[in-house]
Parts: sequence; C-alpha cells; structure tokens
Amino acid sequence: MNISGLQSGLTRLAQRVSSQKGRFPGASNQQPGTVSEHSRRIGLAMVSPSVAVLLAWMVVPLAMTLWFSLLRYNLLYPGESDFVGLENFYYFLTDEGFAAGALNTFLLVVSVLAISVVSGVLIAVLVDGPFWGRGVVRVLLISPFFIMPTVSALVWKNLLLHPVSGVLAALWRFFGAEPVDWLAEYPLETIIMIVSWQWIPFAVLLLMTAMQSLDQEQKDAARLDGAGALATFWHITLPHLARPIAVVVMIETIFLLSIFAEIFTTTGGGPGYETTNLAFLIYTQALLQFDVGMASAGGLVAVVIANVAAFFLVRMVGKSLTDKA
Amino acid sequence: MSDLTIKNLKKGFDGTEIIKGIDLEIKDHEFVVFVGPSGCGKSTLLRLIAGLEEVTSGHIHLDGQDITDVAPAKRNLAMVFQTYALYPHMSVSKNMSFALSLAGADKAEIERKVKEAARILELEHLLERKPKALSGGQRQRVAIGRAIVRHPKVFLFDEPLSNLDAALRVQMRLELARLHKELNATMIYVTHDQVEAMTLADKVVVFNGGRVEQVGSPLELYHHPLNQFVAGFIGTPKMAFLGGSVKAADASGVTVALACGPEYCLPLDGSALKAGDRVTLGVRPEHLQIAAAEHSPFKVRLDVSEHLGADTYCYVRTESGELLTVRAPGDFAGQFGERASLIPDLAHCHLFDADGRTLPKPGASARAA
Amino acid sequence: MLTLKQTRSLRTLVLGSLAWLLALTLFFPIFWMVLTSFKTEVEAFATPPQLFFSPTLENYLHIDSRSDYFHFAWNSLVISFGSTLAGMLLAVPAAYSMAFFETRRTKSTLLWMLSTKMLPPVGVLVPIYLLFKSAGLLDTRLGLVIVYTLINLPIMVWMVYTAFKEIPKDILEAARLDGATTTQEICRVLLPISKGGLASTILLSLILCWNEAFWSLNLTSSAAAPLTALVASYSSPEGLFWAKLSAVSTLACAPILIFGWLCQKQLVRGLSFGAVK
Repeated sequence: MNISGLQSGLTRLAQRVSSQKGRFPGASNQQPGTVSEHSRRIGLAMVSPSVAVLLAWMVVPLAMTLWFSLLRYNLLYPGESDFVGLENFYYFLTDEGFAAGALNTFLLVVSVLAISVVSGVLIAVLVDGPFWGRGVVRVLLISPFFIMPTVSALVWKNLLLHPVSGVLAALWRFFGAEPVDWLAEYPLETIIMIVSWQWIPFAVLLLMTAMQSLDQEQKDAARLDGAGALATFWHITLPHLARPIAVVVMIETIFLLSIFAEIFTTTGGGPGYETTNLAFLIYTQALLQFDVGMASAGGLVAVVIANVAAFFLVRMVGKSLTDKA
Repeated sequence: MSDLTIKNLKKGFDGTEIIKGIDLEIKDHEFVVFVGPSGCGKSTLLRLIAGLEEVTSGHIHLDGQDITDVAPAKRNLAMVFQTYALYPHMSVSKNMSFALSLAGADKAEIERKVKEAARILELEHLLERKPKALSGGQRQRVAIGRAIVRHPKVFLFDEPLSNLDAALRVQMRLELARLHKELNATMIYVTHDQVEAMTLADKVVVFNGGRVEQVGSPLELYHHPLNQFVAGFIGTPKMAFLGGSVKAADASGVTVALACGPEYCLPLDGSALKAGDRVTLGVRPEHLQIAAAEHSPFKVRLDVSEHLGADTYCYVRTESGELLTVRAPGDFAGQFGERASLIPDLAHCHLFDADGRTLPKPGASARAA
Repeated sequence: MLTLKQTRSLRTLVLGSLAWLLALTLFFPIFWMVLTSFKTEVEAFATPPQLFFSPTLENYLHIDSRSDYFHFAWNSLVISFGSTLAGMLLAVPAAYSMAFFETRRTKSTLLWMLSTKMLPPVGVLVPIYLLFKSAGLLDTRLGLVIVYTLINLPIMVWMVYTAFKEIPKDILEAARLDGATTTQEICRVLLPISKGGLASTILLSLILCWNEAFWSLNLTSSAAAPLTALVASYSSPEGLFWAKLSAVSTLACAPILIFGWLCQKQLVRGLSFGAVK
C-alpha cells in the first residue's frame, strides 16, 4: 500500500517536473522533439529488460513476504503454517526491539549523514587548492571507501578500539587518561564512528568532483566584491555543492538504511538492543529464531519505513537530478 | 539535378504547430538562406528536410522522388550543425571519413576524398588532430569537410557561423560563398543574421511564426518587401516605421498625415484605402536626409550619433517621440540635442496598411501578387 | 607585515599540512591493518602497540595452509566482473533509451528504479532464500551474480544515464545523417565518447560487488563464497588472532584497494551522478 503511495508521489513529481519544462519552451532548439513511433518502440524495447527484472525483483519477493507475514511460519516447527492475520505485525511492532531498532536506525542514518556531509564538504574544499602532494592526499582520503565493511568493522573493533591493546587505548594512556571500552560504553556512537569512517570518503569523492567544476571567475568576482574566505564559501561554494550534496544524501541513505555487516561483526546488536537497527533485528528474527512469519512482518515494516524515507528523499533530491538538461 | 520541392509541409510538437503549411521550391545549384527571428520554424524546417524530425503532414521531394519517409542517411544530404557536432574521440580525418566507412566505401577512395576535402578547406596539416586541439574556425571547417566528402545532393547549414567571433564570421562567410561556387552545389543555410542572408544567398526565404513571409533575391526583398515584417527584418540599420493616417487616396497616390506632424503624398496605389485609415510609413536610414530645422516640416531633435568613418548613423527623435535612424555622411557634425529636420526620399518610402501589407506601386498591383 | 605572496604561501603551507594530517588520520586504520599483518601474534597483541618490529610472513603462510585464498578471491573476481558485465548490458540500452528517446514516463521510471534500491534487503531475504533454494541457486556464483546485478542496476542506469545526458544530441544526429545504424551509433560514437562516465560506473559497480557482505554471507557457504565470507570466517572463533585477521583482511582488500588507487583519477572525474553541470 505504501509502495503505491510512493509511486503516485513519484508520478506527481514527474508531472510537476515536466509541466515546468512545458512552461519554459525557450531552449526549443535543444528539445528532443516528438519521437516517432518507430524510435519510441526501439526506446521501449531497450528500457524494458531493466524495468522487467527490477519489477520482478521487487514484486515477487515482496508478495511472498506479504504472504508469509500473515502466517504462523517457523522453520523450527515444520508443517505448521496457519493463517494468523496481522498477529505477526502485532508482535513485531510491540516487541521491545522494534522501538529500539527504529530509533537506532534513525540515529545511525542521520548522524552518519551529518558527519559525512559536513566533513566531506570541508575536506573537499580543503584539498581543492594547490599544495604539495595533493594527489597522494586524495588517494589516502578516499581509500576507506574501498575497504569492505566486514574488514573495517573487525579492524576497528580489535586493532584500534580494544580497551587494552588497541591503538586508541595506548593513545589515551599516553595522555594519562583511563582507556575506554568503546564498544561496551558507547556502542551506538562507536558504530556511527566506524560507519562514518567508511562513508566520508564517498562524500569527499563526489564533492571533490563537484569542486572541480566550480567557476573560478565566480570566485574571483566574489573576491573583488569584497567577500572573504568565509563569505565566498557560504555564498558561492556551498550553493554550488547543493546538488552533489543532495546526491550524497540520497545514495548514502540507500546504503545506511540497511547497515548490517558492521553491526553483525562488532556488537551483534548489543548490549541489549543498544545497537540493533531494523535490518539487524529482522535478521535475528529470521535466521536466529527461524521465525519466518515474524521476520516477514518486520521486513514489510522496514519496507514501509524505507519508502517513507524514499518519498521525502525523492521529493528533495529527485527534482534537482531530473531538472537538468 | 538536385531540385528540392516542399509541399504543404506541417509540423507540430505536442499539439503546437511550429510549421504551419509551407510550400517551397529550391532549384539545383541554388544557395538558399532561411532567415527569420528565433522560434520562427526555420531550423525545424531544415531538420525536417534532413529527416531528423518526422513531418506531421505534407511532402518533401528531392529530384522528383518523395523523401518524406526516407531515413536521414539515405536522403543524400549532409548537414553542418551549429555546434559542429564533431566526434570528439576521432581525429579530423576519421571525422571526415566516418560516413564513407559506414557506407563501406573503398579505403583508397575514402583517402582520396578526404585529401580532396582537406585541400579545399586547407586542413591538410590538421588531419591527425583531435577536435579539441582545434580552434573554432578549424572545427567549423572540419564540420564542412565532413559534409563535402559525401558529395551530397544538398548541403544543409544550421546557423554554422553563430559560434564564431565577428572577424572569423566574416572570413568564413566569404569562404562559404567561394565554396558554393567551387562545388557548384545546392545549399540551404539557416541563420537569424540577415547580413549573412543578404551576402550569401541567391534566394532568401523569410520566415515568421511558422510561415514563409516572402521568397526572393536579396535585392528584391530589400526593394520590394511584401509586408512590414520583411521590410523591418531586411536591411541594417532597420527601416523606421512612422504611424499616420490617410488624408486622401486614389490609384495614383496617397496623402498621409504622420503622427509626428508632416504630410506627404506618396506615389502609390491607394485605391484600397479611404480617408481616415491607419497606415504606417516605412523609410530606410539611407533614404532620409538631415537638414536645418527650418528646411522641412519634419521636425526632429538629434540624439546620439555613431561615427563609423564612411558613414554616420544619427539617431533622431520626432516630436511625437519616435526614434529613427538616419544615415548621414561620415563628416556629419550634428550635436546631441540639436534641432533639425528630415527630408525623406518619397520614391523609396513604403506604406503599409493596417494589416501590415505593402501598398503596391501604381499599376503594379497585378505583378505584386 | 607579510606581503601578499608570503601570506599566500603561508596559507598553502597551513592548509596543506592540515590536509595531510586529515588524510593520514583517515588512512591510519588501513595502514595499521597492513602493519599488523606482518607482526607475530604476540607482537600484534602487545601493550602498548608496537610501531617497530621485525616483519614476518607467517600469517600469510598460515592463511594459505588453512583455507584456499585463491578459491575465495576467484569467486569474488568472477562474481564482481560477472555482475558488472550483466549490469552494463542491461543498463546501457536502458540509459540510452531514457537519455535519447525521452518520453513522459522516463523521469518517473528513473526515480522508480532508484526507489527499488530503497527496499531493505532484509525485507526480502527470506523469500529470496527460499526461491534460491528451490532453484538450486544457493551457494552458486550465478546466484550472487544475479542478486548483485539487480541491486546495483538502478545506480548503474542512473550513472550511465547522466553520462549519456552530457553528450550533445547533435553528435548523434550527425552520426545518423552519416548513415550509422542504431548499433553503430551506440558502439562507434556514443560509447567511445562517454567512456569516462562508463568507466566510473564499472568501477563503482566492481567496488560495491567486491565489498557486498549481506547477501554473500546469507546466500553462500563455501563453494561460491567470496572474500567477504573468508574474512567473516576469521571474525568469531579466531577473533583474537589479530595478526592473522589483519593478514586475511589485507589480502581481501588489497586487490580492490590497489585497483581503486590506479583508477582514482577516473573515479574522481566521472562520479558525479549528473549533479555537476
């Protein structure tokens, strides 16, 4: 049901975009013009494979999930698959893990987005100017993006954050402070830090690309108008980066909503439910408790939540992406 | 033989008609220029001829053969784009030979044709360069070369000079005129610049709002515009238009009272007019003369003057506030704000009725149609 | 009072040092991982951590004897390239159609594709698992290729679409007038011109596939298990063997990391998702 809500939202958005296009027929030379019946068929033939497989990928499992969610279906009790209506949803939504999971998912996504976008912008601006070894610095900065999530989680957990032998513990002791057991005392914050470390490079990468296309004349004009470094950043650079930032937000959200490996390898969702996000919660239902019905109900809830996020994201970002050309 | 005939051609985009029924004949070896303000449909017509857009209704014939539904590549036309549209990943010679190699032409043959085109366009030393290593003028030449190697029946040019700077534009204009003579080809050329139209064309087609306003040689359009739009579009600086009303009119002359004061009797066929009709007098800058204030009833006040050396374009303001351009001698010494008067050359004035149609010369009404 | 030139070079120095400091900080975990992989287990666990030691290869030899690294690496390689290839074969025509035969539905189709990417994998894990089980796709490379192709397709279509959108329509029309068929138009004009954007699409797809951990952990066990699974196998029971863990992690990440470094320029140039004009 929420899928259709999203869909109609998208359609409305697309209509708005195209109606705006209609209002400014100025660049009629560049407009693609009406496409002939023949080329329309070619176009349709070329786009349909992708649409078909994605549609199948979306609809088939979703329909199955919907069906399972209405059953009492646990792999530990084979043969039993009674229709129980919305019971699974009731148990999932009232489970104490759900509220925690939803909140943690939200905190995780928002914090990582904020951290990676802000530091991404600052770093991109910083490395835009010339200095010695800029090429190497860029390579170093984007490297964490290439590291697989499992590895980064393991390296952070053991080599860096270990309360006795970790590098940070040594650093703390060096300054005369008591080492901290990060994953036990600040579990969610630590996960946020690890995930941010992975995603800052992505923001840097995209924003660095964007900085290259910033018009030098614009910056010169701002300087002649008496704008200082801060004013130039605020009035010229940041507006220029608005679209790439929107893209970063959109793509990172897609991936952050389903963060799994980092939690799986570090805290296992604990202590308690402190680092359990929805993805991990459903995973524990399905694969640790073998409760397919309940996991399916949870999956659908996650889908709904993702769609709500998608709806707002698309409203925010989609316009700036498709308005182009 | 490369005669192009267009019959009742229409084209609409999403319900809006861009081309509203055009009939046109283009003869072999002719240099035809489509000219008009932006959005008048001239580029669309060119793209329809090229086959890049589908026609809504009507027909296009090339050499008596209907090519309305023929694929662009099979029409035997070549087009030079405003943006040049060079293939950025291919060298100059690859750019020029691409069409021939697609058609499966013989290697030696391709090389000969590319060499030949490069010689005509003086591109021989650039053949191995990529487009991005070329200047604007050189890119333009490669784009033309790409058309030449195909020996098309008709060359199509879509505002080819508009991305060049002023000096280069003049030079390329001369080269295009030379090329037309050298290749003896049929060329259709779209521009919004009426100077290009006047200098290049054997035949000018003036477009406005999806229709053809007038077809004719440059001088025909200059001397005998069919209506106020063509009169205003052809000629620089532009013809001035002065509002007025008819005092008396018959088949041999029209007496007009201008809003700015003076009255003139023009030797035009006014049999269709009656006293009191609103008319517009059109007069070109070169058909006006500036005189001392008391010499003529046409009183004006001088505005700014532009001294070009040989000529001076002097802007003057009438008593009713209209701004006119007058071509004065190069040593014209009038000062801003000075009072003066104008003497129009009545034999070269045009009069337009309320619908913008030009009034015919006496006894010429049959010919004008 | 400093001259303008001196202020500038001072600023460059300060900003440069700051950039270096940040870069080294961000890179430190990777550096430390590689360093630890050459330590003995005792050195790796030493307090305080040691920066200087005599390097050893024993961890790498141990991995080689315990599990067949190349088996996992080969799986990663086949799966990443396979699904990238399949993804490109689907994405290029789709993006071509969207970019050059735009219809009223094109924009909503593109946004819809992206929205499928929003479906959390856990939401569909159970049905996919069951479907794969009945289709015999569990623990096969083909199974993972299918899944990775599908999950990356929206982003690939989007990237290729934006790359195509940057090409002036005139050039394609010129090709059409030159007599190119649709296939020739795509292969001889469109693809060579947009190779920057295509390369970064391929790169991103390879990186995402190589590092994907959710589906690979849940849909494979041994035969088709990629490097992510190998790393995960070192996490729980032998988690305390830091040096070996570091060695296997280094081995798992090195190929894609080096690949990424080599193609860094390409990635920086092409990864704009159409957000930059």
